[in-house]
Amino acid sequence: MSFAKSKFKHKSLPVNDLGLTYREYEGAISTLCAGCGHDSISAAIVHACHELSIAPHSIAKMSGIGCSSKAPNYFLRNAHGFNSVHGRMPSVTTGANLANKELTYLAMSGDGDSASIGLGQFAHVVRRQLNMVYMVANNGVYGLTKGQLAATSDKGVKNKIGDLSLFNDIDLCTMALQLGASFVARCFSGDKAQLVPIIKAAIAHQGFAFIDIISPCVTFNNHVGSTRSYDYVQEHVTTGAVTDFVPIREEITSAIPEGDFEDICLHDGSIMRFHKLDPDYDTSNRLKAMNDVEEHKQRGEILTGLLYLDPTARNYHELNDTSDMPLNQVKQDLLCPGERVLGTINDSFR
Amino acid sequence: MRNSSAEHNNMENSIINDFVVKFANTNGTGSASANNMFAKAIMRMGIPVSAKNIFPSNIQGAPTWYEVRINEHNFLGRRGGKTEIIVAMNAQSFVADIEDVADGGYLLYDSSKQIPEHLIKKGIHYLGIPISTICLKEFQNPRQRQLFKNVIYVGALAALLNIEFNVLKTLISDQFKGKEKLITPNIYALELGYRYANRHFSCPLTYNVERRDLIGNRIMVDGNTGCGLGAVYGGATVVGWYPITPSTSVIEKFASYCQRLRIDPATGKKNFAIVQAEDELAAIGMAIGGGWNGARAFTATSGPGVSLMAEFLGLSYFAEIPVVLVNIQRAGPSTGMPTRTQQSDVLACAYASHGDTKHVLLFPESPCECFELTALAFDLSDRLQTAVIVMSDLDLGMNDHLSAPFIWNDKQKYDLGKVLSIRELDNIESYGRYRDIDGDGICYRTLPGTHPNKGAYFTRGTSRNQDAVYSEQSADYVHNMQRLEAKFATAANIVPKPEICSGFKNTQLGLVYYGSTAQAMLETKQLLQEQGIPVDLMRIKAFPFGNEVKKFIEQHQYIYVVEQNRDAQMRTLLSSELNLDPLKLAPILCFDGLSITATQICDDIMTDIDSRTENLTESQEVV
Repeated sequence: MSFAKSKFKHKSLPVNDLGLTYREYEGAISTLCAGCGHDSISAAIVHACHELSIAPHSIAKMSGIGCSSKAPNYFLRNAHGFNSVHGRMPSVTTGANLANKELTYLAMSGDGDSASIGLGQFAHVVRRQLNMVYMVANNGVYGLTKGQLAATSDKGVKNKIGDLSLFNDIDLCTMALQLGASFVARCFSGDKAQLVPIIKAAIAHQGFAFIDIISPCVTFNNHVGSTRSYDYVQEHVTTGAVTDFVPIREEITSAIPEGDFEDICLHDGSIMRFHKLDPDYDTSNRLKAMNDVEEHKQRGEILTGLLYLDPTARNYHELNDTSDMPLNQVKQDLLCPGERVLGTINDSFR
Repeated sequence: MRNSSAEHNNMENSIINDFVVKFANTNGTGSASANNMFAKAIMRMGIPVSAKNIFPSNIQGAPTWYEVRINEHNFLGRRGGKTEIIVAMNAQSFVADIEDVADGGYLLYDSSKQIPEHLIKKGIHYLGIPISTICLKEFQNPRQRQLFKNVIYVGALAALLNIEFNVLKTLISDQFKGKEKLITPNIYALELGYRYANRHFSCPLTYNVERRDLIGNRIMVDGNTGCGLGAVYGGATVVGWYPITPSTSVIEKFASYCQRLRIDPATGKKNFAIVQAEDELAAIGMAIGGGWNGARAFTATSGPGVSLMAEFLGLSYFAEIPVVLVNIQRAGPSTGMPTRTQQSDVLACAYASHGDTKHVLLFPESPCECFELTALAFDLSDRLQTAVIVMSDLDLGMNDHLSAPFIWNDKQKYDLGKVLSIRELDNIESYGRYRDIDGDGICYRTLPGTHPNKGAYFTRGTSRNQDAVYSEQSADYVHNMQRLEAKFATAANIVPKPEICSGFKNTQLGLVYYGSTAQAMLETKQLLQEQGIPVDLMRIKAFPFGNEVKKFIEQHQYIYVVEQNRDAQMRTLLSSELNLDPLKLAPILCFDGLSITATQICDDIMTDIDSRTENLTESQEVV
């Protein structure tokens, strides 16, 4: 690219607790198509991280291969990123997380990356309860290879060149629920008001957080007949509650909203607040969540919002009883048992 | 049946400390620990011994053999040929086992059921002990009736081969430390066998052992224990793995030593994390994620696992991420023979993955070196910021070997390579991940979380410029590939140098070998010397090859490359990497899944020499 983002910082830009404006949470200029849903996700991540006052360098951006996986380059330039191997982001993130449990792992994957080539790794990272935010930018199409059907394409739809999707789609939210993810949400990249608080809550959640983000592909999957186009999604999207996120440091009393709401306290003390649109909305019932997703789908609707949350779930390091100090910082004197011990070990083989 | 051996005195033509005992068992019957006790007893009598477990890819009911070679010259490779003493406990393999007994040798068998007359072969001695009947009479518990069969034949062998009974008693006590209740019945079972043999046969047999003092400070252990323990000492904390024979015990040993040695004394928490992955792709992915984040991370695999890991090895090479892979080679291709040994992954590992890739390989020869080179692999991989593969094999990894002890020096400090700290980042003008500041092809890396606004970059398997920015410029790509080549040249200078044994001033013959083939070399050298063929030896310890390797080959007119695969893979690697005339390198190969023998090496070399002499004579006649 021959152009660059302006580094000019307007004095009126709001700063967060770290004294940083949102500009310091941005990344390189996007090379995705103009209007790509993924750019909206990047923008939501920028806002979520800025508003949460997370130091950008304490985040690790993980991805696989595909349009979605290029996206981490377009946010958080002061965070390390790892654009790894197609479908293998979950294992790389697992290793990175084992090595340093103090970083925040923001992972970006796509429908090909997670529902096809990486379905196995997706399933197993959910089971492992890795403390990470796993986002799928789901556009139901292969973008980088120009428009092939994806495993998340709805059965019966046609892609831009007219190929018919013959097989059942894979619903990653239902899978994540079945496999024991402790935070499962579905969002629409076009609904920033919903996406930003859910990303914030996913970051605050100290366990495996999965967000399937319907993110239309303007180039290959925005045609009439597509069930992932902007128009179609906008017309068919529905949610059980309007979600707010209240970080730990803020006085909850300062923002008493009107109407009926329910609070859920996360592990770190921050609050998720739901203004119910559906009186039966319940994020604590995993089976109901799976059922709700399916029922809406049968009605031709896309259910979005937080689907399930277990704020008490134990993550991998709690289950493994890993030392408090990140493993990549443990020094040789604690790692190497030394000469004397080796002498005893040698004796056991004589 | 007649016990012919009982009738003559064996002492006159005794063969002391130089024979093979083979145990033919059914797997899953608990014979392994009894057989192991037998081998260890020989070692504790100060006599060099080696043990090879030839086992099936099966859990219960298939034939398995345990081959013990006793040799006071330290010729401890597999000997081959027929066997002096066979303990035939498996009906399935009984006929074959009889065929395997050498002339004048002995077959010890369970005579509870009479064996048919047609199985009585002339020229070998039958030692029948009614082992099942004894067990049925002496023990009530069905499990004990099975297990003690094995202990009874070890007791009988003690009498037959002159093994000091006290040595066995001590071994039993050592083995059941903490489970003292089991000591008395085990010793009783030993005595049952011992007494029976003494009463019914003329003990000792022609083949027997005599105490020596030839062990020194050596230990008897398998190579996978060495690799697992080497990873503990080398500072590995992150492991992703997928079970596969014969590499599984590398991780199991690592895990059990970590449980013992890596629990934080202050908190009781683990200074390690081991994840059993969903497959080998994920296993190495985890190790690479850990290496990227600055932990020492590794995985172990075999056979098909190597193929699956190839893609990630390419990422490690191109994105320059440290990772250690322990490859316990087995007989391929495909599923191949999962429980047989080979050195057939040399090329697959040296050039794993698509595109122009090359990887650092280390070739341990013994359990002691499995320890040393695995620990070293972490230093090399951090220093070179690339994958380092430890190339062991099933024979070295799973069999017990008499080995120099594991060595560690407390003064050794981990070499974590070029990683910039927050202070170092503050002090530099600007940072670029792939700038070759020192001219050695190795660039400075930064770890996530180090500095608030300096040093972050996007790690990728795609082409990039020196500052880690995506680039499709040919010049950027070529520059990067050439720097990786330069880095590989640096690697050649820092990997372990070959071990050269060139005692002969005038010989023009060189013999090159690596890895577990080493165990046959002392004997090979002796056999060749007896034939009047002086040969200089070089053991390759690493790839890329350093100057010493090239020099040795240049200094000799003709080179034998001895290895355990069909396609002469090391020979290919040598000739292509060092630009040598392949005709100068003669392959000596064994790929039947059993470890190579000195006799075969020597025979093949003699045949080659003969045919070359003939050719020479013929061509001279033509002239």
